[in-house]
Amino acid sequence: MGAIKSVEQLEAYRRELAAAARPELPTVLVCFGTGCQANGARPVAEAFMDVIKEQGLEIDVNVGIKTTGCHGYCENGPLVALRPQDILYLKVKPEDVPEIVEETVKGGRVVERLVYRDKATGEAVARYSEIPFYRHQQRIALRHIGTIDPASIDDYILAGGYAGLTKALAMKPDDIISEVERSGLRGRGGGGFPAGTKWRSCVAVESDVRYVLCNGDEGDPGAFMDRSIMEGDPHSVIEGMIIGAYALGSHQGYIYVRDEYPLAIRNLTAALEAAREKGLLGEDILGSGFSFDIKISRGGGAFVCGESSALMRSVAGEVGEPRAKYIRSVERGLYDKPTVLNNVETWANVPEIILKGADWYASIGTEGSKGTKVFSLVGKVNNTGLVEVPMGISIRELVENIGGGILGGKEFKAVQTGGPSGGCIPERLADLPIDFDSLTEAGSMMGSGGIIVMDEDTCMVDVARYFTGFLVEESCGKCTPCRDGLPRMLDLLTEITEGCGGEEHLAMLEGLCDLLTWGALCGLGTSAANPVLSTIKYFRDEYEAHIRDKRCPAGVCKALITYHIDPEACTGCRLCAKNCPQECITGKRKEPHTIDADKCIKCGVCKDVCTFDAVRIS
Amino acid sequence: MTEVTRDLAQFDRIIDRYEKTEESLLAILQDFQREFHYVPEEGIRRLSEVIGVPASKIYAMGTFYKALSLTPRGRHTIKVCTGTACHLKGAPQILEALERELKVKRNGTTEDGEFTLECVNCVGACAMAPVTLVDDVYHGQTRPSKIMDVVKKQVGS
Repeated sequence: MGAIKSVEQLEAYRRELAAAARPELPTVLVCFGTGCQANGARPVAEAFMDVIKEQGLEIDVNVGIKTTGCHGYCENGPLVALRPQDILYLKVKPEDVPEIVEETVKGGRVVERLVYRDKATGEAVARYSEIPFYRHQQRIALRHIGTIDPASIDDYILAGGYAGLTKALAMKPDDIISEVERSGLRGRGGGGFPAGTKWRSCVAVESDVRYVLCNGDEGDPGAFMDRSIMEGDPHSVIEGMIIGAYALGSHQGYIYVRDEYPLAIRNLTAALEAAREKGLLGEDILGSGFSFDIKISRGGGAFVCGESSALMRSVAGEVGEPRAKYIRSVERGLYDKPTVLNNVETWANVPEIILKGADWYASIGTEGSKGTKVFSLVGKVNNTGLVEVPMGISIRELVENIGGGILGGKEFKAVQTGGPSGGCIPERLADLPIDFDSLTEAGSMMGSGGIIVMDEDTCMVDVARYFTGFLVEESCGKCTPCRDGLPRMLDLLTEITEGCGGEEHLAMLEGLCDLLTWGALCGLGTSAANPVLSTIKYFRDEYEAHIRDKRCPAGVCKALITYHIDPEACTGCRLCAKNCPQECITGKRKEPHTIDADKCIKCGVCKDVCTFDAVRIS
Repeated sequence: MTEVTRDLAQFDRIIDRYEKTEESLLAILQDFQREFHYVPEEGIRRLSEVIGVPASKIYAMGTFYKALSLTPRGRHTIKVCTGTACHLKGAPQILEALERELKVKRNGTTEDGEFTLECVNCVGACAMAPVTLVDDVYHGQTRPSKIMDVVKKQVGS
């Protein structure tokens, strides 16, 4: 059908879709997330189509993007979920498809060899919702991901999409802003600034033109929730932006997306087009008289463009350098007009807040941080992936209950939150509730919600050096503290990891951190001290081991470690010797081998190939 | 002369997909990069003419944004993700293995013009760490000892 011209017509259309839907039909959901596609999801989906056609079956095959695809099961992809049985299969191959159809779809039986097995207990869990990873989650921003086809606006509408918008169009713009204020929604991009307050201060500025922007730059290493939302549920972002635009009286919006996310760009582009066709975007939306449209702006791989003023310059087709923010962008943002910039996850929350009300949203979470937050739980943890939980969950609950504990039974050392603007929180503070304020108090930051789990094999000095190196590369170089201060910090950290650090290095680092915090132009520079200061604060002993004892306790810093072979464990299989690029491993077959430490370049290939865990680091 | 004409048409085909405003500059440059594996000087001149922006400004964008390169890149691009999760799970070793095997430093191109080796800061596939992209195809959980096999298998050499 063509454009929908009123709220009533949209509701009628939804009823029509519901009547045509056949929920009694068995449904096969093939994950088409980045991970699953890399592992061959397409041939699996095709195999289902073939079997269905061949046998003339009535099965609904839905090619969707599932967050399951991103919770570490990517490595176990392609993933296939089956309804109504509520079963999840991992590592499905095209040749498994006839058996799945025969056994599960037709017979209702479980194909045991394809189900999830708990890494800790070895127990098989066939039911999707019983997988430990899901039990503790509460999904608002991720509400549709994995259950709808992102390429189908009908799927979104059938799932209740655009009902937030229809409710909003019946409200006064001012009441929408009040609702967002009362919900307590704070910016999910990292800063945690109250969204309602931002909107309120934007409408307070007199202007004929206003802009609504969505930040989909997501440069934080270790975070990929925005990617998942843009790829898996683009309409939720679009709907949120239309509501925002209506409340703010804006007629043009932009979504700034990283060019590294081609699937997100493709799905967003298609969703925008579908929304325009349906009359949900463009002129006279749903016959309300309100007009608004959205353009996509592709980022160019510059981390600093996630910063608001840099992002706005980049959207306008300029070099994305930040500016000093003595005038806020709600007053003079894009093209010097009042602009509201919120991140992907923030926008995706808006339709639900309007639909279900501020009180409902504010009842979730903690006093100062309302609602849920999507975290990307990655690093040295058993179940990695995206999890959406109420604010206030403790680090320990997240890592142990949802994450299933530390990989390989190693010791839990720390979590890093907030990307390069955040810091490391040690295991002894793991009972800390995760919300905007508590993380900041602990010297870290919420950031976009990346939670990187670190174990005993992680060197905290190396981590600080890593983040500083990242920021040196990403600094735009416009202000002196960042341009000159960061490289000096990197030098100092590198010297420490190379065993050339002195006692004075720590004081110099702290001094430079102080300088950046008060002297840098934008958020990239002012928060750059966090990774360094937090690791010095909580892991000073590790710095001291590097400086005083010339030792890397975690066995990471190359200059301070040596590789050797444990003669007890070595079986003399020759695999390491064959793979050593330096040819510095010798020994007879079936006899323990040795590494010539003088020739060894510490590339780690021997450790990587050894199947007997005989290569050790000391 | 004929070559220049052909080139201009190639650039125009890309430019014509967009509105001729400054807002489109970055997207057009990215399409140049995709098509030619770098941003050619002729392309910048043409873009400058069509959009009416000084070439110096377009050069500034070319050097600022990481996705753009002003020098030709190899036929195949290998991107090693060096995001935090990948870093912890062994990306540095993978990068070293590639540098050693391809005899090229990071952000360099092999002498035969076959490969360009790049580091990228997080491709948003952290659950598959460590990740290496060969011509934008994702390879998760790569290992230093196996990475060249992965590359060779994909590019078929």
